[in-house]
Amino acid sequence: MKGYIVLSTGDIFEGELFGDQRGCSGELVFNTGMTGYQEVLTDPSYAGQIVTFTYPLIGNYGVNMLDDESIRPVCTGLVVGNLCQTPSHYQSNNTLSEIAEQYGLSGIAGVDTRAITHIIREHGLVFGKITTDPSELVPTKPATGQVAAVSTKTKTKHSGEGPHIVMFDFGYKKSILTALLDKGCAVTVVPYNTNFKEVAELNPDGIMLTNGPGDPKEMLPHLPELKKIIEAYPTFAICLGHQIVALAYGADTDRLPYGHRGSNHPVKNLKTGKVYMTSQNHGYMVKESSINTKYLEVSYINVNDKSVEGLTHRYLPISTVQFHPEAHPGPSDTDPLFTEFIQQCQAIGEKNYA
Amino acid sequence: MPKFEHIKKILVIGSGPIIIGQAAEFDYAGAQACLALKEEGIEVVLVNNNPATIMTDEEVADKIYMEPLTVASLEAIIAKERPDGILPTLGGQTGLNLAVELADAGIIERYNVRLLGTPLDTIKKGEDREEFKRMMIEIGEPVPESKTVNTVQEALDFAEEIDYPVIVRPAYTLGGYGGGIAGDAAELQEVAKRGIAASPIEQILIERSVKGWKEIEYEVMRDSNDTCIIVCNMENLDPVGVHTGDSIVVAPSQTLTDRQYQMLRSVSTKVIRALGVVGGCNIQIALDPYSEQYYLIEVNPRVSRSSALASKATGYPIARISAKLAIGYHLDEVVNPITGYTYASFEPAIDYIVTKIPRWPFDKFPQANRSLGTQMKATGEVMSLDRNFEASLLKGIRSLEIGVHHLQLELNLTDEELAEGIVEATDTRIFLVAEAMRRGMTVEQIHAKTEIDPFFLYSIEKIVQIEKQLASYSWATVPEELLKEAKLRGFADVTLKEMYQISLDDVRNRWKQLGWAPSYKLVDTCAAEFVAATPYYYSTWQGRDEVKVSEGKKKVLVLGSGPIRIGQGIEFDYCSVHAAKSLKRLGIEAVVINNNPETVSTDFNTADQLYFEPLALEDVLNVVEKEQVDGVMVQFGGQTAVNLADPLSQMGVQIYGTSVSSIDMVEDRDLFYQLLKKLDIPHIPGISVNSEQEAINAAVKLEYPVLVRPSYVIGGRGMVVLNNTEELVSYLQETTFSFPLLVDKYISGMEVEVDAICDGEQVLVPGIFQHVERAGVHSGDSMAIFPAPSLNELQKATITRYTEDIAREIKAKGLINIQLVIAGERIYVLEVNPRASRTVPIISKITGVPMVELAVKAQLGQKLESTGLLADIPFFAVKGPVFSTVKLSGVDPALGPEMKSTGEVIGLSYQIQTALGKALHWKEGICQPLETGDALFISLSDGAKEEMKGKLSALSGLKILATPGTAAYLQQHGLAVEAVLTKAAQVKEWHQTTEIKAILNTPTVGNKQGRFGFELRQVAVQLNIPCFTSLDTFQSYLQVKAGNVSDPLDLNVYLQQKERVQI
Repeated sequence: MKGYIVLSTGDIFEGELFGDQRGCSGELVFNTGMTGYQEVLTDPSYAGQIVTFTYPLIGNYGVNMLDDESIRPVCTGLVVGNLCQTPSHYQSNNTLSEIAEQYGLSGIAGVDTRAITHIIREHGLVFGKITTDPSELVPTKPATGQVAAVSTKTKTKHSGEGPHIVMFDFGYKKSILTALLDKGCAVTVVPYNTNFKEVAELNPDGIMLTNGPGDPKEMLPHLPELKKIIEAYPTFAICLGHQIVALAYGADTDRLPYGHRGSNHPVKNLKTGKVYMTSQNHGYMVKESSINTKYLEVSYINVNDKSVEGLTHRYLPISTVQFHPEAHPGPSDTDPLFTEFIQQCQAIGEKNYA
Repeated sequence: MPKFEHIKKILVIGSGPIIIGQAAEFDYAGAQACLALKEEGIEVVLVNNNPATIMTDEEVADKIYMEPLTVASLEAIIAKERPDGILPTLGGQTGLNLAVELADAGIIERYNVRLLGTPLDTIKKGEDREEFKRMMIEIGEPVPESKTVNTVQEALDFAEEIDYPVIVRPAYTLGGYGGGIAGDAAELQEVAKRGIAASPIEQILIERSVKGWKEIEYEVMRDSNDTCIIVCNMENLDPVGVHTGDSIVVAPSQTLTDRQYQMLRSVSTKVIRALGVVGGCNIQIALDPYSEQYYLIEVNPRVSRSSALASKATGYPIARISAKLAIGYHLDEVVNPITGYTYASFEPAIDYIVTKIPRWPFDKFPQANRSLGTQMKATGEVMSLDRNFEASLLKGIRSLEIGVHHLQLELNLTDEELAEGIVEATDTRIFLVAEAMRRGMTVEQIHAKTEIDPFFLYSIEKIVQIEKQLASYSWATVPEELLKEAKLRGFADVTLKEMYQISLDDVRNRWKQLGWAPSYKLVDTCAAEFVAATPYYYSTWQGRDEVKVSEGKKKVLVLGSGPIRIGQGIEFDYCSVHAAKSLKRLGIEAVVINNNPETVSTDFNTADQLYFEPLALEDVLNVVEKEQVDGVMVQFGGQTAVNLADPLSQMGVQIYGTSVSSIDMVEDRDLFYQLLKKLDIPHIPGISVNSEQEAINAAVKLEYPVLVRPSYVIGGRGMVVLNNTEELVSYLQETTFSFPLLVDKYISGMEVEVDAICDGEQVLVPGIFQHVERAGVHSGDSMAIFPAPSLNELQKATITRYTEDIAREIKAKGLINIQLVIAGERIYVLEVNPRASRTVPIISKITGVPMVELAVKAQLGQKLESTGLLADIPFFAVKGPVFSTVKLSGVDPALGPEMKSTGEVIGLSYQIQTALGKALHWKEGICQPLETGDALFISLSDGAKEEMKGKLSALSGLKILATPGTAAYLQQHGLAVEAVLTKAAQVKEWHQTTEIKAILNTPTVGNKQGRFGFELRQVAVQLNIPCFTSLDTFQSYLQVKAGNVSDPLDLNVYLQQKERVQI
């Protein structure tokens, strides 16, 4: 069916609807990865957003059973150039449009996604609406309460021989869990608002703060409790988790002009001078000038725009990264960060037991 | 880390002449890298004997040695220049091999030169299969299992272990001769037996076959800080089994999940780290289509054809960045010039699909074996970009200039032949696949036969479906939506024109009525994430246009020359680049269209506006309309561009330079003869014929020998010298060309060639080239000497006068190339080309006359300041052709009127013999000069025997082997003959014990497979023995004395010795 993506800037693009024909609306963002559409659409950090893929051929290898980052698609809508209806891959079970239909995800194909990317780049915050009626108004209120919506309501324990990690689910990608489990950890996934006492009862060796959707400042009410927790255990924080740690130590966060979403962002480790290619997906960043250097120091920066990409606590075993070492989609150059974290948990664990 | 402070002077090794597998990409890479070094304040010393290159331009390097790529020559240059570092990774295989040889000879150490970029042992690991395999096993990465065996039983046992299919590679045979693939034990019995028999040491290698797997490539960069990035990955449409240079390749990969993409990405970075490469590296991987299993197939630790493609596909300048890394910079310290914002440590994200299609020389070599395998056969390639695969593919096909503009060839095949035909990879397979779909074969059936991934086949199916839908309507009834879909998927206007039997105007007018035009999008390395300023565009029939068309400034479109093919090589890219640069210097905006990813003309900073588009009429018109150019220059892009002059002009586009009617005057035989007659210039008598009988009559009338050729062809395609009616009849029966044909009297005389610049009235002739071989050998294949050593003043004056008269008469503006033959007292004009020629770059370089710049000015109406024939330069330049026959089985290397060479070299010296020697012995192991006692094999035709009389003394002191007739003749004239050989195989046997240094074989009737001469020449090609088929070339060779190598000189030194006319 013919449809439209209407932008809050007044631009209208015509295309072919797929998935849920009823349409949707939300913040419009773009992802520059050339592969990994399945991981993107199931990444909870995209909750509330319509994702535009800058790569124009989407759906080529279908959708498989392995690469979901959560149990179902999470983003609100999809905008693609050429939607492949005849995928070719030995693992493929469904076409992308079948999945969209199955899960009520609205999409539009046959659109000049490069032009949309241009518009987002120039305007920053842009909202979109996928619809059959191009005259409809586009709601421009950012979604809120996304973390609460996507976070688990119950604790789930995954066993393992290694250190026990309590993972705060702000909207975690399955690959973070997989990375820890693959390295032998036992992991308990807990709701984002779990308190210190509940954590202590789980007797963890380390804490993982995950990625998640939305403005990090929505988490302000939870900061005192979270700070108590991370100061008590070795902590590793990714993406939203990183922003939360920064906020907990008094730093400020701000919107990036138009986000970092893609698989090709170079970051530099300021200690070693080494540069890594990373997967990123964030619309907010930690303001460098606001960081309290008494406690935190910047460990990674973005090579292109020099924004803060990681922090370490000067005295405590807390480290954070803005990027996604768990990859999926994107390069796994920084996967060793998990190992470092696990070793830290082990070392401190041994000290405590010694 | 900042650059190394102690490196102040760097020696760069170029790749030499264009051969199959090593084309213009090294000029592009080399020029870019040299400039990147120069901007760091480093003195660049360049060695490259390919004169048709931008790399050897004055502004690219500080010192330019156009000297042989031999160890002796390089040592002399190193001793003289004492560079701090040497950078061999820009010169292809030639550069790397030379670096290894220099190191092995202890020269690098002796002169304390630092090898920059990739370490020596890495180079060796990349080249040596066994070393590579060992290293991969060390780092735990899989390579196809293999084992060397001596018996069929051993072969069977090993195959049992690794599972079928297996590849059998006989040891020490050329081009995989005697090998094959075995799918089961019964087949292996056969193949192994045959392979063992074919191997001179009765040994074969059994290797796991991954034929049919996906072939994926990664272009990786690494700096000395161990940062690695992927510039892009690529997927071959043709699965493993076809050389990547002969495969249709897309970027980025289309059928890999992110998991697979990242898995292979990690493998690639692991491999480049293990190799320790600093700079760029190409890694080729085979991936099982049905599992996550993969094997590493090959690495190229240097810039390559693939890296040039990756650079053009993404906008990331690999060679430039590699050069910066080689002198110590890190990736995060080098800004990507495309965005001016991101750093070189940013992996490009692209938002279009790139298709590369190889250009093969089979149109010129109908006898060649067209099957594609592990030996690359393509001479060039085209690249096209669009936002869907169908359009990207169709644009690529249109760019090939093979007479088709759609995925459709005229085929005369039964369904069975077609089904059979798609099994083997050939240059036409993609067309056969489309045809099979037209006839109802399904994607599944075709996939089963070709192993091409269904993703690509579905796209081809889509094209065929659109064709069928279009065909169900008339032009009047075809719905708008369908036309839109057809344009979106890349259908050409010409395709619609033919389908509906209408005119191109009808098609274009309909688009205008509908308000349709292609949009042009930017190539920016970042998928629009950041602002990019580089004006590098491709078209698509969907979405928004991004080109800001400038106004107010004069604007000229320069047409490029498309893919490199025999007869139209890198020299035209040189001319296009200089034209664009000249325009820029004159304050005029230069717009360039080209589709060859290997070239400098498609580099991001050559033109003011670059359009990566087919050089087809409709695509050129679209750019003309888009950019609102004042006019088009067609002289620099070879015949491709000249052929567009007339149709463009008919569409009302202004053509600069020589007018279309003047072009006709020299390209149409009859008009041309009238012109010469009017000017009182002798021409070769010739008759245009329309039937076999007419041809026979004409030949009789003109008297044999005659030269027969089709009209309007490049590079003497299909041209032959025939001696009698029998040969003529047999030619007419075999030729694929249709009437009319041209029958000319064949006049055997000395051939000379002139390139001149004309402003419509006055003419400047920078000099005259004299061919070594007499007329009858294509000018592209002959050796040529500049200035002409045998011409007297009167002859020079006559040639100049003819040139002036012709140029004036046709009011030529810009470049003109004239070929003449001197027979006795008469000088005949053979042909006039109203455009740049192969020799323009050479003459420009050795005379210092900026021919292209002057031609650009003349076309814009400026008058020449100096005119007439310039005085001779005080040194000699010899141009030598270079052939790639070893890569093309079945092609006869004998010289003739049809061009066969792929590239050229230059030899410079104050002595003519030395210059000849440098052009012949241009590379290590090629055509070494004869020394007393060397063995030589001779087989002469009767005519040649006659001619050799009186020149036989030059052969004394050599060990002569000959055929019976020739032996008798030589003995009769007092020369001792060591042995008489009657079979080509005997030559092979002899060569194993006593090295045969050269073969002289003057052919009678060329190209006849099965004849002794043909076989002999094939043996020469296989054994890499220089084979002379022209007495003229051979005599030049005899003049070259071993050890007579002159002091290598910088080109500037040659030029400074003579005060040239101030231009």
